[in-house]
Formats: sequence, C-alpha cells, structure tokens
Amino acid sequence: MSEASNPVSMIEISNLVKNYGSKFAVDDISFKVSTGEIVGFLGPNGAGKSTTMNILTGCLSSTSGEVKVGGIDILENPDEAKKLIGFLPEQPPLYVDMTVDEYLNFVYNIKSCRLNRAKHLEEIRKVTKIDDVKNRLIRNLSKGYRQRVGIAQALVGNPPVIIFDEPTVGLDPKQIIEIRNLIRSLGKTHTVILSTHILSEVQSVCDRIIIINDGKIIADEKTENITQVVDDNRRYLVKIAGPMREVTAALKAIPGVVTVDLTGEREMDSYVYSVEASKGVDVRKPIFYAMAEKNWAILGLQVAQMNLEDVFIRIMDKASR
Amino acid sequence: MSAIYKREMRAYFTTPTGYVFIAVFLAVSGFVFAVSTFQSQTSDVSGYFQLMIFGYIIIVPLLTMRSFAEERRTRTEQLLMSSPVSVTSIVLAKFFAAFTMFAGTVLLSCVYYLPLRKYGDTNVGKAFGCLIAMLLLGMCFVAVGIFVSTLTDSAVTASIGTMAILLVFVTAAIFNNLIDAYVIRQVLSWISVYSRYVNFTYGIFDVAATVYYFSITVIFLFLAIRVYERRRYA
Repeated sequence: MSEASNPVSMIEISNLVKNYGSKFAVDDISFKVSTGEIVGFLGPNGAGKSTTMNILTGCLSSTSGEVKVGGIDILENPDEAKKLIGFLPEQPPLYVDMTVDEYLNFVYNIKSCRLNRAKHLEEIRKVTKIDDVKNRLIRNLSKGYRQRVGIAQALVGNPPVIIFDEPTVGLDPKQIIEIRNLIRSLGKTHTVILSTHILSEVQSVCDRIIIINDGKIIADEKTENITQVVDDNRRYLVKIAGPMREVTAALKAIPGVVTVDLTGEREMDSYVYSVEASKGVDVRKPIFYAMAEKNWAILGLQVAQMNLEDVFIRIMDKASR
Repeated sequence: MSAIYKREMRAYFTTPTGYVFIAVFLAVSGFVFAVSTFQSQTSDVSGYFQLMIFGYIIIVPLLTMRSFAEERRTRTEQLLMSSPVSVTSIVLAKFFAAFTMFAGTVLLSCVYYLPLRKYGDTNVGKAFGCLIAMLLLGMCFVAVGIFVSTLTDSAVTASIGTMAILLVFVTAAIFNNLIDAYVIRQVLSWISVYSRYVNFTYGIFDVAATVYYFSITVIFLFLAIRVYERRRYA
C-alpha cells in the first residue's frame, strides 16, 4: 500500500453524509488520500461525485461527517483548509470580462499567496500552455483554452491538494494527452483527486480508483487491482484456421472451457473464437494440443484483458443487485 | 477583500454597467435638477433631492443587480467560495464597490450646483445636508440591492425585486395620511426612509436618522451574508 511509504493523509473523509430531504446525494462515504496519490473518482451522472468535491472544497456543507484537508477540519477552520486546495469545478469559474493575466492575478490575490508573483504565474501559464493568450479576454477564448485557464486557476498558489471535476471535458485529443501528462506530473508532488466518467482517463492517470454510485462507494482499489475486484472467469481470444462447427465442438470438449462464442471476426476460413474458461484454469495449452491433433492452425491466441468499461459495468450491476 | 473590491470596480468599467449607470444617473438628475430649480425659479435644492429619491428606486438596482446574481449564474461564486475569503468580506467588498460607484456619481452631479450658486441666492448648509442625506439613503438602497441580488441568479429578477422593496421603503409614509389606525401609521413611518430624510432638508444633521440609515444598511448586509452561508446548507 502507498500509505506505508507515505503515511500522511492529505485528505480524510469520514462518514460523510449530505441529504436533501429524503434524497441522499452522498450517503456515508469514508476514504483517505495520502500525499502524492492521484485518485480517480468514477461514477455515473448524479452519483454524488460533484457533491463530494464541493463539500471537500468548502463550497457546500455536509449534513454530517467530517472532512479534513492536511489535518485541518474544513468546517472548523475553513480559511486555513481552503488555502491548501486548488479546485477546478465542473464549469470553470471564469470572469469572462477579464483577460487571462488579470484573472490569474485576481486569483493570486484572493488566495493571498506569498510567492514570486510574476514568476509563479508565468510558470503556471507555461505548464497549462496558455501563455500565448495571456492578454486576451477570456470571453473570446475557445472552450479548450477556457478549460486550461480553469486548470491554471487551480494551480495558483501551488496548493498541495488539487481537485479537478472533469478536467478534460471540451479538450481536443492532443490537449487531453497534455493535460493528463500534466496531472501525472502534478501527482508526483501533489495530492490529486479528479472526477470523470471517461474510464480510460482514470486508467492512464490514476493510482487509485474510487467508484461511487447512488452516493455510496462501491469500489476503492488500486488501478492495477481493480479488474480483480470482479473475480470472474477468464476469457481468451483464439484465431483458428479450420471448419467452424468442428472447431467449436473441439474447443467445447476441452475440460475447463465454459462457453465458446464466435466474435464475428473472420479472415478467409479462419475465425476468432471467444473462449471462456472457468476461474483458475489455464486452457491455452489444451487448446494448442487439441488443435494440433486435428491439424488446425492457431493463428492467434490472447488473453482478453477485461477493460475498465467491463469492470465498471459489472461492478455497477453487482451493486444494483 | 481588496482584491474583490478592485475586481468589482474594474467590472463596472469593462462592462457597460458602470457607463450606463453614470449616464442614466446624470441624465435623470440633470433633468430633475433643471426642472426643480431653474424652471421653477428657485434656488432651493431640497425639492430636487426629494424627487431624486424616486429616481434612485430605478437607478440603484442597475448597480447592484449583477453583483451576486451574475456570479451565481456563471458559477464564478465557486471560485470565491473555495477561496480562503470569508463570506462577510465578499459581501462587504461588493457593497463598497457599488456604494463607491453611487457616491462617486452623486458627487459628480454636484457640478449642477455651480451655475445655481452663481446666479441664485443659495443656502450651502442646506444643500450640504441634503447631500449627506442622499449618500446615507443611497447606502441603504445599495445594501437592499446587494441583498436581493443574493437571492436569485437572474439580474433582471434582482433588479425588479430591488425596485419593489425600495418602492415600499419610499412610499410607506405616503400611505400614512390615508390610514386611521395609529399602530399601522407608526409602523409605516418607522419603515419609511423618506420621513427620516426631512430634517436634513432644513440643514439639520439628524443623528437619529443617521443611526437609522446605518442600521438598515447593516441589517440588509447581514441578511445577504446569512443568505450566502445558508445556501451552503441548502
């Protein structure tokens, strides 16, 4: 666990509840995030992601529960706690009648930062790649630029905790990659929480994933372990040159194989089969021998990686069951 | 707080709001001044100031309607809320910015007095008293406007709401003559910002009225702060 190497919890949320009458937006959430961790907050629309983030940043109060940032309670000492946080809300909070530079200076002032102003702001403009528009009115900027100004705003004052609510919305693919790289590099020295419903984003950026649905945490795992949460049968994709029906029958005859399906992919007389084997059984060798016996050539064999989409949907299914 | 104040002041002049306010203010006050003094052949300015109170009902909301409503609509309030700034200082910064605009324009309109002074027999003390009263009254009106602006995310709703409240404030005393019940009359004249204003027109500095105007201002600013803090709990 990273908590062993990094014992300091920058963010500590315990038993957080937020309800609007009988509707629970956040229902008893607890988690900790340690320094230098990048946590992805994943969930369908209306799951409570933004609500949690708004509570975390002091924009919204909780019904009950405790939120500590850097050991400081956000309700008891909001000003001190807020100094530690840079926040990019779902909609970047931009004053469109200001230029980028004026805006960043304003943010610098209200956060009452004590840094080398010119140098610090220039650094931020550089990493977010908005230096070339610094004298333009925010009103006239494209969505991608606005989003990046929003990100820049969150970095002002170099806060140790950075919270991004859907940071890559509205960016083009190249910008998305740049922003992901930026987030990854921020994660080395900062604590980052980002929410998204783009699963590949979480997979490529985050160390840890928290999946939230209906205001409850339904999974909280390291990114590389998340697929193991759904312990299901393994699937293999095998491309075999041979008569389709007979191959299917032969595959089904192998002990451990549960189902055999055609994926629909074919090339001349070879088909790609999706073979599902029961848990803990490696059927690759038996497939090879079975096919070799019949003189059918195996053109390809791979373990089907369960991607995050599958995991996500399965976890959601499990939770709703 | 000073950062927000400066931003507000900037916003008045980088958007049409400030220019529209100053232009409308000077146009209305110029016309009223000309009619109430030169045309009615008098150098007594108290009539002008009395009429201007009604003008403020329409002009002041122009200043205050956007202050919080716009932040709420564009979600920039999230920046302020997540910054280490207290709600009190946000409200005060916005109030002072709007009041600066108001007071500045009122002082600007004092140039009307110069030709009157040159050609007429004027009473400076009396005019000065009226001016002070105007600033105090304007302070209340701005506070009301700031408060109403926290209630909505639409600047139009905010301005109409402000006008409605200001209208009640100003006209409360006028209904007084029509009502027999003593208690209601007392309540109405207490509410009325208009009746408190009268002493100033005689050149008397009315301490009780001054305290009253400050109280009204503080009450509405306090309400604005409460509304904002309450919204976090909504």
